Amino acid sequence: MRLWSRIRAWTDATLRRARMEREMDAELRFHLDAYAEDLERQGVPREQALRRARVEFGGIERAKEECRDARGVRLLETLWQDIRYGVRSILHAPGFTAVTVLTLGLGVGATTAIFSAVNPILFESLPYPHAGRLAAVWDSAADGSRSHVAFHTYREVAERSRAFDSIAVMKLWQPTLVGASEPERLDGQFVSASYFHVLGVPPLLGRDFDASDDRLDGPHVVILSDALWKRRFGGDPTLIGRRITLDDDSYAVIGVMPSGFENVLAPSAELWTLLQYDAEHVTAFRTREWGNHLRMVGRLRPAVSTDQARPELAAIARTPLQKFPRPPWASHRAGLLVDTLQDDLSRAVKPALLALLGAVLLVLAIACVNVTNLLLARGVRRRDEFALRAALGAGRGRLIRQLITENLLLAALGGAAGLWLAVLGVRGLVLLSPADLPRVGAIDIDGPVFAFGLGITTMIGLAVGLLPALRASRNEPRLTLPDGSQRATPGQRRTRSALVVVEVALALVLLVGSGLLLRSLDRLFAVAPGFEAQELLVMQVQTYGRRFDDDGTCNRFFAQALDAVRNVPGVTAAAFTSQLPLSGDADLYGVEFEKDGSDGHVRGAFRYGVSPGYFETMGIPLRRGRLFAEGDAAEASVRAVLINETLARLEFPGKDPIGQRIRFGGAPDRPWDVVVGVVGDVKQTSLAVSQSDAVYVTTAGWLWADGTQWLVVRSRGDAAALTPAIRRAIWSVDKDQPIARTSTMVRLLAASAAERRFALVLFEAFALTALVLAAAGIYGVLSGSVAERTREIGVRSALGASRRSILQLVVRQGMRLTGLGVAIGLAAAVACSQAIATLLFGVSRLDPATYLGVLALLTGVSLVACWVPARRASRVDPVVALRHE
Amino acid sequence: MDRPVELLQGTLDMLILKAVSLGPLHGYGVLLRIQQISKDRLEIQQGSLYPALYRLEQQGWIASEWGQSENKRKAKYYRLTPAGRRRLQTEADNWNRMANVIAGILDTTPEEV
Repeated sequence: MRLWSRIRAWTDATLRRARMEREMDAELRFHLDAYAEDLERQGVPREQALRRARVEFGGIERAKEECRDARGVRLLETLWQDIRYGVRSILHAPGFTAVTVLTLGLGVGATTAIFSAVNPILFESLPYPHAGRLAAVWDSAADGSRSHVAFHTYREVAERSRAFDSIAVMKLWQPTLVGASEPERLDGQFVSASYFHVLGVPPLLGRDFDASDDRLDGPHVVILSDALWKRRFGGDPTLIGRRITLDDDSYAVIGVMPSGFENVLAPSAELWTLLQYDAEHVTAFRTREWGNHLRMVGRLRPAVSTDQARPELAAIARTPLQKFPRPPWASHRAGLLVDTLQDDLSRAVKPALLALLGAVLLVLAIACVNVTNLLLARGVRRRDEFALRAALGAGRGRLIRQLITENLLLAALGGAAGLWLAVLGVRGLVLLSPADLPRVGAIDIDGPVFAFGLGITTMIGLAVGLLPALRASRNEPRLTLPDGSQRATPGQRRTRSALVVVEVALALVLLVGSGLLLRSLDRLFAVAPGFEAQELLVMQVQTYGRRFDDDGTCNRFFAQALDAVRNVPGVTAAAFTSQLPLSGDADLYGVEFEKDGSDGHVRGAFRYGVSPGYFETMGIPLRRGRLFAEGDAAEASVRAVLINETLARLEFPGKDPIGQRIRFGGAPDRPWDVVVGVVGDVKQTSLAVSQSDAVYVTTAGWLWADGTQWLVVRSRGDAAALTPAIRRAIWSVDKDQPIARTSTMVRLLAASAAERRFALVLFEAFALTALVLAAAGIYGVLSGSVAERTREIGVRSALGASRRSILQLVVRQGMRLTGLGVAIGLAAAVACSQAIATLLFGVSRLDPATYLGVLALLTGVSLVACWVPARRASRVDPVVALRHE
Repeated sequence: MDRPVELLQGTLDMLILKAVSLGPLHGYGVLLRIQQISKDRLEIQQGSLYPALYRLEQQGWIASEWGQSENKRKAKYYRLTPAGRRRLQTEADNWNRMANVIAGILDTTPEEV
């Protein structure tokens, strides 16, 4: 048959469905009548003839169905019918629909959001060619912790290592761009000439850095990001070769990076210039070239793994060469550390993200269990409907098709809700994310993950939803029809009870996780930071312009600004410091402690250049000796320094630290400094990290003037409210100086725990969801069982059972499920708590208080969930109940 | 009269084609015609007749139009199309070949093996 006529028949039939039905009816009626007439002619009475005609014809409705099938118009038509019927039946049970769609949406949405966030960070390879070959190399401190590398260390590794194709070093750069519009402070990087070669992404316009330019006093060249090029220079291609002004210096623009270039090592960097360090004078140890302050990244040779590079770097670290002398703070005695760049970037956040991934999978599991439960319950309620439809001639295939349509409708609604939640969730995650979360810009809704989540729940929906249809079509209609009850079979009841047990267990695991995180955060905030954080306003004051190259000018500006700030009404104390605790600064120096008059032991310590009044403003207590006096700030032959108490105890055990001498690395020709006082420990990196070795020098007593300093202001009352007045005071001294990163110490404290808080907020959300779903599960099973047992309960109360005993009966049934779930959940929680062990602080993963609290919460909630149906059962009127069937 | 035998699977279509090849018939007429020419030796499920008719029409082997029955009532008449005639030919040939083969097998005596 030709395609055309087939299509026409099909459309004809579809369009004239009503006519076809009419004709079919007429044709069959004609048949029956004609047959009956023939029978009459043979002497059968009319009445009986009609009956016989029908009986001998067989199932008329079934024949019609088969005729419709034969006409091939069924698919589209029944689909439309199924959809309409599906919508009707979904609307008939709004509660069921809402709960199912919400559950599906939560499960799919949360999973998609978390996977979307985690994927680019942990699993996707970095956006560079052969990204697996990129590796980060660190020096290591005596305690094995990672430390930045020195320029000469980089030179030694680059020359001696065979594992690497090329290696680069970099550090941050914050130049101010001056042009037609107002000056703009930019984020950038100082890099060695090999940087873009290592990453494997060359500039799109112009050229890459030239190794011969990367030398002391080399030419000033700069490569711009695509975004900066478009924003500030209108995407002008003739910019290449022209000069721009950065920090009062003229730089030649030699290249522009492609628009898709993602700079994972410094995501906010928009321009790059050459490091131009001094490769000579290797034995002059106390130079910036020997300061451990550079980040090192290398590209491994093809087919060389980090595991193969590791022994080679260890060998290099073990065997110093004459050619490459090493100072004590870069002796590599503890070895060099190497890791893939991907692992290196995600190191800090990996435990939190993996824990979240686990948590969200639990939520998805609970959602699946809940949907299964809901569909099973609904299947039981609809058994009559399907038995009836099967008896009326609906084929097995037809019923299955109908259910598939219905479940797909539910899945589509759930999917829409899930997508919506995922979009919101991803946005929320990016907003909530801790500052050190890498590749935030690459986070987007992950299509495959969404499809996966939706696929799983849909499959479950289909599998579970089809059960009633299969039963109905398998059973003889006669067997199920007259029953009329909505009673679940024992097998089904067992399945649903088991599912509730699983739900309770999963919820308990999540609750324990979030409980442990909550207590960790409590413990963390109970840690004393070492200063008074309340009513402390902080802001970064930067100097801009060539004239500040003169130390005198720079120091004068900060001194005048400080005076102006101190005169602002409401300010009780103010001071400047070169680095601020918990701000993310990490200005570490190797410090040499004199031992018995000889060169001593070297240890890394934070260097603070502070103005007098810093300790009073911050509220850092003095333990011994004295604080800085105004006289210390003036140039003096013997410079006074302060150290923190832990350092004093470690370096000068059993001795009076006052009067001891220390010396800074990275500071050539600087004489010994004298310790005049010991102050309390301060948390620099975060509340959880106890490393707080600190050496304080006066602003004027440092080798150079710090061009960027933190202003700390203590006030009466609300510190943040003083911000405008303080800015005005600083600008009254010099209106061109940028002020950045204004915050309060309280906010910085909170931000330093951002990663834990991030994990906690999400865990809490997941645990709450799990709790609600578990409670809904218990409630659903119990109220279903009470409805089924109405008659039994009626008999019991007719036989004299008290309300109380019936209440107990139902509650006991529910609590047995809870108890079983709790027992399994406890074991699982103990095992799973290992996964979040690294996120905990000051609390054991087996913390009894947390487990008891969670137990109490879960028991309480399930009691309530049992109580409602139990109360309903206890109010059953025996008369009504016995008449029920 | 012999006891009626049940229709072999898949032969109903062929019988319908044969029945209408002798002249246009309505559905009930097809049933009567088959019973008549088989001398009531075939038992046909009436309910299965119409789906088969619809199927054959859908295949383009028979065509239908409304007409008047012997007792002046509106009835749907089926007639064979040229395609249906070819189809009937093929099916009949196949059937005969098959019947011969099967009969040959069933008639085989031990000596012939």
